[in-house]
Amino acid sequence: MAAVPAKTRRTKRPPAPSFAVERFRLDNGLRVVLMPDSSAPTVAIAVVYDVGFRSEPEGMTGFAHLFEHLMFEGSVTLEKGQHDKLVTGNGGVMNGSTRADYTNYYEQLPSNALELGLYLEADRMRGLRLTDENVQNQIAVVKEEIRVNVVNQPFGGFPWILLPPVMFKTFANAHNGYGSFVDLEAATVDQASDFFDQYYAPGNATLVVAGDLDAGKTREMVEHHFGTVPARAVPPLGSFTEPAPKKERRSVHEDPLAPLGAVAVAYRVPDPINQFEDYVASAVLTDLLADGTASRLYQRLVKRDQLATHVGGMLGTFGDPFDMRDPTMLQLLAYHPGGSIDPILDALDEELAAVGAGAATEEEVDRVVTTMTAQTIRRVDDIMNRALVAAALEQQRSRAELLGELPGLFAAVTPDDVTRVAAEWLRPTSRAVLEVVPGGQR
Amino acid sequence: MTATASIPAAVPKVGKFRSTKLPAVDERTLDNGLRALAVRKPGVPLIQARLVLPAPRPKATTADRAKQMVLAETLQSGTQHRDSVEVAEALQRMGANLHVRADSEDLRLQGAALSPSLADYLALIAELLAEPAFPKGEVEIERARKAQEVLLQRSEPAMIARTAFKRRLFGEHPYAGGLPEPETVAGITAADLRRYFTSLVSARNGFLILVGDLRPAKALDAAEAALGSWTGAAKSSRLPALPAVESGPILLVDRPGAAQSNIRIGGPALTRNDAGLPALLLANMIFGGYFSSRLVENIRERQGYTYSPRSWIDHQPLGSVLTIQADVGTEVTAPALLEMRYELGRIATVPVSTDELDAARRYLIGTTALSTQTQSGLAEYLQTLSLAGLGLDYLRELPKRLEKVSVDDVRDAAAEYLAPARLPTVIVGDTKAIRDSLETLDTVEDAPQP
Repeated sequence: MAAVPAKTRRTKRPPAPSFAVERFRLDNGLRVVLMPDSSAPTVAIAVVYDVGFRSEPEGMTGFAHLFEHLMFEGSVTLEKGQHDKLVTGNGGVMNGSTRADYTNYYEQLPSNALELGLYLEADRMRGLRLTDENVQNQIAVVKEEIRVNVVNQPFGGFPWILLPPVMFKTFANAHNGYGSFVDLEAATVDQASDFFDQYYAPGNATLVVAGDLDAGKTREMVEHHFGTVPARAVPPLGSFTEPAPKKERRSVHEDPLAPLGAVAVAYRVPDPINQFEDYVASAVLTDLLADGTASRLYQRLVKRDQLATHVGGMLGTFGDPFDMRDPTMLQLLAYHPGGSIDPILDALDEELAAVGAGAATEEEVDRVVTTMTAQTIRRVDDIMNRALVAAALEQQRSRAELLGELPGLFAAVTPDDVTRVAAEWLRPTSRAVLEVVPGGQR
Repeated sequence: MTATASIPAAVPKVGKFRSTKLPAVDERTLDNGLRALAVRKPGVPLIQARLVLPAPRPKATTADRAKQMVLAETLQSGTQHRDSVEVAEALQRMGANLHVRADSEDLRLQGAALSPSLADYLALIAELLAEPAFPKGEVEIERARKAQEVLLQRSEPAMIARTAFKRRLFGEHPYAGGLPEPETVAGITAADLRRYFTSLVSARNGFLILVGDLRPAKALDAAEAALGSWTGAAKSSRLPALPAVESGPILLVDRPGAAQSNIRIGGPALTRNDAGLPALLLANMIFGGYFSSRLVENIRERQGYTYSPRSWIDHQPLGSVLTIQADVGTEVTAPALLEMRYELGRIATVPVSTDELDAARRYLIGTTALSTQTQSGLAEYLQTLSLAGLGLDYLRELPKRLEKVSVDDVRDAAAEYLAPARLPTVIVGDTKAIRDSLETLDTVEDAPQP
């Protein structure tokens, strides 16, 4: 039997990797970041547009996501299907995703196909080939996507669709980003054309190229392909900020497919951009409360009180703390066998009050930060993820370098910071509570 | 839309493909018969670990499945030296995660840690194996949680479809897996787990894969120091061969009111040790293996019946399986099945085009290289290759083997393994709404809830 490591040993954190960043801006406003890494003959290309589902107007719920689908349906020079055939037929993979504050498009390719990838992204930035047939087809596809993930799925949309309307009052923050079938079915080519004109200007986009590339040559290729995309008006960066709740907001959702109960409790958090230090502390706080079996809420709700069978915590709509602007939330989730959620909320309040009163120890914060460090660097071992995360950081913060700096920022968070943020922000009087009750036959 | 005159004239030419250099694998067989493999792959300061320990259960029942589920949850619940909190905190201190899964073939521990903690991480894994405590209180908590999770799984359409499909292919064989009743899970005791673990899980013929920012010789020393003396169960048995798959009627599993039908079609496939596998891999790609495939082009991009149709091949030690899946709107269930079978029939009888074949070939060669570029990707690949008794040479040779595949080879492979007449079909959906139209295509039989 090997020696048992001492129980109180301090954590060993290796120096976090840093990633070289070269940035420039084209005359048409496109922001570009190059991140060379020649460890494998592969490149990753990410284009992120500064529009997400929070920008959708009323009556057009789900449009940002539907539009993402349309970006694969043909451009001025390429027919429907050609984009993906050129990527996959040259040994690459591609996809896109729609979030609250951005929509991204990306491909990973063998490095010999770098210029092809740049051409393809520039091509659809220049213009789309929108047809009624393709719009109708993708409406049908998106409806099936929503059926798979929400309508036909126990706990579908929990919490990302169900919780925002409890916490937020404005349409931008509260509405369903997947969209209602009524709104989706009403989508037209003209709306898509307007949406492209309004939001898909080069000046509203950030391009990141990572991997096996020569910075000088890549810059020439970027200028050649994207430089000819005409500049267009860039929408002003609006604010979605709204006041935090002054008293608790609650809602109950009956889920006909769920066999168990669940509860999500959300709190507003510091502004991710303008109160960055406290926001980083709230990321540490989130994990200290609810990440993994060592976390406080797991130990309390699952192990000690046995009120819940599963506990989780997320900062940001989809659990990525650094991909949203204000306002966003810290979400705590618990699944339970059924019955009243009051005992869960009481235990939760006790734990949060304790942390707000200084219960988090230095040793505890240290090991939470160590695990966050490992999770952060594990994610960016993949150059595609690296390019995607860097693109959001560059777009919202002009700081792709944060990719390598986050572990150091987590490490700078003290128990006092955790205490202060918990006391100031995690108050029962300003939270949103969403209860999911099983509605079907048990 | 906003087209301009200054469009670059043509799609850029793609240069010569350079394949990824695969790293060297250092290997050592420990005294207890465990094979340890270490691969230096720097980049980020982490190590990935995959430990696979044989635990064959030839006549597995759903009660065994229940034990496997609770065992996987409780192996980290404490040792003679540490309670569950101390185990969890020790992992946190190493920046580590550790996942345990158990089935009727093996027990797997897999995860990652910050590289300076490699030795501590392996020592903790060894401690979990050598002196698992299965504390009574922890087992009671975990079995109750797992029973709730099973209740949830039994309500998930994808899980119902997967379970019904595996039962259709594997019958009573342990590979069918199955979902136990929540009550069965809730009745598992600490004594059950101790007996199951000590009588079935062994080091001999198992393997440990370490990939990441490490020195291979030092990593193997650490593996030997931590895991070299634990032997586990003395005896080991073999699972029976997989049953032959017979074609038959469409099996329907009822989910009243379902908004979608979950269609699963499939059957046996070639293994990584079969010379003909590259041709089948390409046939599968062209049929439904990637976004540019016929299946996606037809039932998604043309018909709009579904979001994410796909087909893939799973390789397991006793045999490989082809699965074709599509979750489609209830009202288009029969039309979707018709198109799926049409595309199967087409690829099984009509030669593919050379363009399709070349595109699929480049995709497979390119993405195989991509999949080994992260530490976790390489560790996963090494694990599945090791389960088939293969090494990284398989990956070095695969591109050359793919290059040699002809249009005729693809048709032959498809005729054998993608023939619609031979592949069972299972559909989970609202029987009342879909049965009549399905009966116009084939005979239909009701299947019990899995």
